Amino acid sequence: MWEKVKSFASDFFVTGDPLIYGADVSIVLAAISIVFVMTYFKKWGWLWREWLTSVDHKKIGIMYILASFLMLFRGGVDALLMRAQLVVPEMEFLTPDHYNQIFTTHGVIMILFMAMPFMFGLFNVIVPLQIGARDVAFPFLNALSFWLFFSGAMLFNLSFVIGGSPDAGWLAYPPYSGLMHNPGPGQDFYIWGIQISGIGSLMTGINFIVTILKMRAPGMKLMKMPMFPWSVLSSCIAIIFSFPILTATLALLFLDRYAGAHFFTLDGGGNPMMYINLIWMWGHPEVYIIVLPAFGIFSEIVSTFAKKKLFGYKSMVYAMMIISILSFLVWAHHFFTMGSGADVNAFFALTTMLIAIPTGAKVFNWLFTMFRGKITFETPMLWTIGFIPCFVTGGMTGVLLSVAPADFQFHNSYFLVAHFHHVIIGGVVFGYFAGLYYWWPKLFGFKLHERIGKWAFWLWNIGFYLCFMPQYALGLMGMTRRVATYGWDKGWWEMNLVSTIGAGLMGIAFVVQVWQIVYSVKHLRKDRTGDPWNGRTLEWSIPSPAPLYNFATLPQVTAQDEWWEEKLLRDNGQSSSVPPALEPIHMPKNSGIPFVMSMFWFAAGFGFVFQWLWLIIAGLVGVAVCMLVHSFNYDNDYYISVDEIKRTEAAIREVPN
Amino acid sequence: MTQHEGTNPQAAGLHGSLKSYTLGFLFSIVLTIIPVAIVMNGWLEGAASSIVLMMAAVLQLVVQLIFFMHLREEKKPRYNLVTLILGLVILLVIVLGSMWIMLYNTVAT
Repeated sequence: MWEKVKSFASDFFVTGDPLIYGADVSIVLAAISIVFVMTYFKKWGWLWREWLTSVDHKKIGIMYILASFLMLFRGGVDALLMRAQLVVPEMEFLTPDHYNQIFTTHGVIMILFMAMPFMFGLFNVIVPLQIGARDVAFPFLNALSFWLFFSGAMLFNLSFVIGGSPDAGWLAYPPYSGLMHNPGPGQDFYIWGIQISGIGSLMTGINFIVTILKMRAPGMKLMKMPMFPWSVLSSCIAIIFSFPILTATLALLFLDRYAGAHFFTLDGGGNPMMYINLIWMWGHPEVYIIVLPAFGIFSEIVSTFAKKKLFGYKSMVYAMMIISILSFLVWAHHFFTMGSGADVNAFFALTTMLIAIPTGAKVFNWLFTMFRGKITFETPMLWTIGFIPCFVTGGMTGVLLSVAPADFQFHNSYFLVAHFHHVIIGGVVFGYFAGLYYWWPKLFGFKLHERIGKWAFWLWNIGFYLCFMPQYALGLMGMTRRVATYGWDKGWWEMNLVSTIGAGLMGIAFVVQVWQIVYSVKHLRKDRTGDPWNGRTLEWSIPSPAPLYNFATLPQVTAQDEWWEEKLLRDNGQSSSVPPALEPIHMPKNSGIPFVMSMFWFAAGFGFVFQWLWLIIAGLVGVAVCMLVHSFNYDNDYYISVDEIKRTEAAIREVPN
Repeated sequence: MTQHEGTNPQAAGLHGSLKSYTLGFLFSIVLTIIPVAIVMNGWLEGAASSIVLMMAAVLQLVVQLIFFMHLREEKKPRYNLVTLILGLVILLVIVLGSMWIMLYNTVAT
């Protein structure tokens, strides 16, 4: 019996690496301390009622952002481990196998479990407030989306202590991700982690399209909508068309691995290149999915801190929509070297270059918005200003890569690594940070400390350029991506040393940001105005943090920057607005089903990974039962009475000084 | 939430009847049985079987759209129709693009 347990455990848990044992110990310690603290302070009921079962878009958004910060930490540690391995030639810190696992999990986590939830978090907290709605169109579905993402992310992250991490790169190209070359459970963790969270992403895409099209405040025509919801709309359109491709592709890969199919194997009539073709049909739109909302955030911030209306509103809208559609026409530029001939490569090189045009139009719009504006340099604006040169240069190296003949030289070199980090960190990460700093007061009712924020900004920026500029040169010198080590005779080590120092600076910058949050909570200076940046759009017209129902009375919109125009009218003493009478507010009830159902999905996914049929069946039956229970539950809404609204509003407006 | 009340599906009585749902269900079952029977019994081969299977798939899509997605019952603005057209365009891009890329692949062929 004992022998059996021992042999099971030695397969089930990852053994033999001191780093992993360290992680095991810290996971157990962290779990014990969380359980202890929660029990000691009797917070379990609070956690369940206020967070786990909540369908409030603001709370779901905060949970998304919190989860993405945890994932940023995990992915960042992966990055630092890789940079530590590459700091000098012939380093013996990580074994090549372990290195493969780390670059794989780094990529997957940063794109799918950091950037995506950070983006969904910002969608959730801001879109309903900006369009004057009380929640998203489908609040239950929204909670389900979050918990599906969460269980998918947990399933994926479990792989490094149980079963073994995936190690076939962030897109898991076959044949290496096929059963023949990769028999362990790592790739199945990859498939099911992404599949389960992918269901959530697709539902969020649908949810926000409906919210934006159907739930805008009275009078807010589409062309009067703020720019951030526009960017969300264009991003969600790309989500609903591209995520099904990912789901289908990974399902086929799963059939190859689980049921002995031959879609992507080298034998039996399969073709691994078909996988590469299919996965990039999702993969390319995906990078626009995450960067478009960042463009929306910058548009809001530039306009607020330049105190001017956004320049070229219509061209901005068209540019985003064009990018969203064009993103489906460029995927083959990821595999120019696959050998599809000059015609195919020429077509996809041209479409890729075309995308630079709408993107360039947006950059000019931001510059012209700033032109002759009264710019102030608070942290959100700093990130925006840092973003523009960074994204422009990063975009230009992208255009270099899109030149198909030259790409045969750049392909899979560090030049490429530098390029995509350049645009994803410089565009997406800087954008979401800008958005988080900008909307933080709306989320929590206080600003983050400015001076520490400036330190974090400069550390991030200096670290970023130190880390990635040398990598362009390294790529041209012949260093290929995913090498675990290199020799002294290559002449690469000085540049790699600089790059590692840069990565370290970004690591410090992240710590400074966490310190900034802790410091700001400790020295809390409550913002009583609800409008600390002198904002222009509707989210600033309500108190911070927003009450449960967001708007006591729904706003009547007449202008593009509604709140700004309203403030101008008030300054001139012309504000006609007699607040309309309060009415009972219709709200969705909390529900535990999203959480429970996602846990069943987690169980089913875990069963699929280890091919335990009993757990698969139990998990899927649980999912089905949850769906049935929810289908027959008609008691899912309630009304907030006028009295309660009055009490809440009075409590918010009361100044206890 | 409150904006929703006017467009409550039950109240507006927009969606299909028992008859249309039953009909749709029968059509979709029949369109599933035909390809399964053809493949299992080996009635057709080669190009003929591909064509019949693909036609059954396309008809299945149409049945789903009309009977379950209520494409015809839409009022203005026609978001469903616009989305459908965009979806078809992207579907064509995916299928034709993949064929173009893979058939001209000098390594695979």
